[in-house]
Amino acid sequence: MSENALLETHDVRVRYHDTHDALRNINLTFCPGEVTALIGPSGCGKSTFLRCLNLMNREIPHCHIDGEIDYHGQNINTKKQNLYDVRRNIGMVFQSPNPFRKSIYDNIAFAPRQHGIKDRARLDEIVEQSLRRAALWDEVKDVLNKSAYALSGGQRQRLCIARTLAMNPEVVLMDEPCSALDPISTHAIEETIGAIKAEGICVIIVTHNIEQAARISDKTAFFLLGDCIEWNTTEVIFNNPHDQRTKDYLTGRFG
Amino acid sequence: MNDSTLVNNMPNRSATSSGTLHNRANGTRPQDSTRLTKGQIERGGKTLTGICVGIVLITLASLIVMVTAKGLSTFISDGISPIAFLTGQVWDPHTLDASGLPTVGALPMIVGSFAVTLLSCAIVIPFAVGSAIYAVEVNPRFGRRFFRPALELLVGIPSVVFGLVGLTILVPLIRNISGGTGYGILAGSLVLAVMVLPTVTSLVIDALESVPAPYRQSSAALGGTRWQTIWHIVLRSATPGILTAVVLGMARAFGEALAVQMVIGNAPAMPTSLTQPASTLTSILTMNMGNEAMNTVYNDVLWSLALILLVMSLIFILIVHFIGRKSEVKHD
Repeated sequence: MSENALLETHDVRVRYHDTHDALRNINLTFCPGEVTALIGPSGCGKSTFLRCLNLMNREIPHCHIDGEIDYHGQNINTKKQNLYDVRRNIGMVFQSPNPFRKSIYDNIAFAPRQHGIKDRARLDEIVEQSLRRAALWDEVKDVLNKSAYALSGGQRQRLCIARTLAMNPEVVLMDEPCSALDPISTHAIEETIGAIKAEGICVIIVTHNIEQAARISDKTAFFLLGDCIEWNTTEVIFNNPHDQRTKDYLTGRFG
Repeated sequence: MNDSTLVNNMPNRSATSSGTLHNRANGTRPQDSTRLTKGQIERGGKTLTGICVGIVLITLASLIVMVTAKGLSTFISDGISPIAFLTGQVWDPHTLDASGLPTVGALPMIVGSFAVTLLSCAIVIPFAVGSAIYAVEVNPRFGRRFFRPALELLVGIPSVVFGLVGLTILVPLIRNISGGTGYGILAGSLVLAVMVLPTVTSLVIDALESVPAPYRQSSAALGGTRWQTIWHIVLRSATPGILTAVVLGMARAFGEALAVQMVIGNAPAMPTSLTQPASTLTSILTMNMGNEAMNTVYNDVLWSLALILLVMSLIFILIVHFIGRKSEVKHD
């Protein structure tokens, strides 16, 4: 596999209730400073796969993850693995913008505080930096103590991204981050993704929006019914897919 | 007009629907003119439900008007000063004071009522929140299958049973530990605490369950541990709901008469310790209401106590509404 792989999966398989296979044998590699889009019709397992990468599936009862998930070459899919360490380094942004019922400041400061940073000046610095990275600082710098719910949907989502960036993660997982947003907000989020990619963060994004995948990703993986059908550079996937099913999906013949 | 059509037509309709056979036998067929048209049913339904609302509102309004009128007559027609009533520390309605009016200082009962209410809530809150966290966050299966039904069972136990248990177990226990009679604010608060605990716990469980699952997920995704999530996210988001639960519990404790009366000792004196016999607004009311003739000053004064209870329960309800509205405004 790739030389500088940050995150690699080997034969990842997810089962619910021991019987139902949600995912089969997924082998993918993710590198720093690279955006990977996971595309496919609803129910194909792309979100399930995303939730494996920071072990969020462990929160779901009766969900079993088999296979190896290597982070910096070390398998994190083990019983002994500290989940909280994994999630500090592999952040996640959800589909619906869901800030906590706290002030904007406290939303960002939540994770650093949980991880032991108490110094106010240091927290101030992290909050400003994270909001700047999510391109939200200029809009909210005067209302940091207002409830996060005073923000618009797009701003809330950028707040959620900033909240994740406050942990200084190496990987950011995004589960359809723009599906609840209008085109202008979507554009702002895409700019943010471009910016954090430039910082060297590895971004893995699930999207239903094929144009979005084409616009922002370097690599694309196409999922169908629990299998990863094709994984390649976005250019190849969109211009010259090897598999007929990928071609059919991209040309809108199903899904 | 609508009312009379409805009343006239109702029996006819039941006759046509249930009496089809009978009509056939007589050789007559149900006539369309005896049926209610859709418009008539619509109007009839509006009238019926309107009447129900009217009856409920009239009952409530007359209750409030009556208690207020009776309660205020102490001050208006009997000439007792409201300030002396609210701040007087001596309750002895059968003794006349210098100005020839009965001595009716209600402060001991007001203090007694607030004391048992606040103390019982102080006892209830940690247990209610703690057990609700266990039932929602730690072991939801146990919470749904066993704990919740058990609580509902406890909610239905009549207050006299709690009073009786308090009288049999708590009062002697307190007597043995602290001396005195065992009756008093401590016994009253403990009985009330046990009594409102199931209600408050159920409501706190509701509040915790209504915290959206994505909050917990986000917290987990940010590397928060379970306890960090519960403490900083779940409890914080559920705070308005928890406060509402506590205020409703307080309202119930404040208004409870029987169980408190059985264990508080009913001495209308300023409480100076938790284990000394005291009294509450409700206990004095239930003790004396049957003994005093209508329209005497004593009777009027009892109505004034009832007025205080009414106003307090109104305040509790307003607080609940205020909490609800505030949390809505703040978040969305």
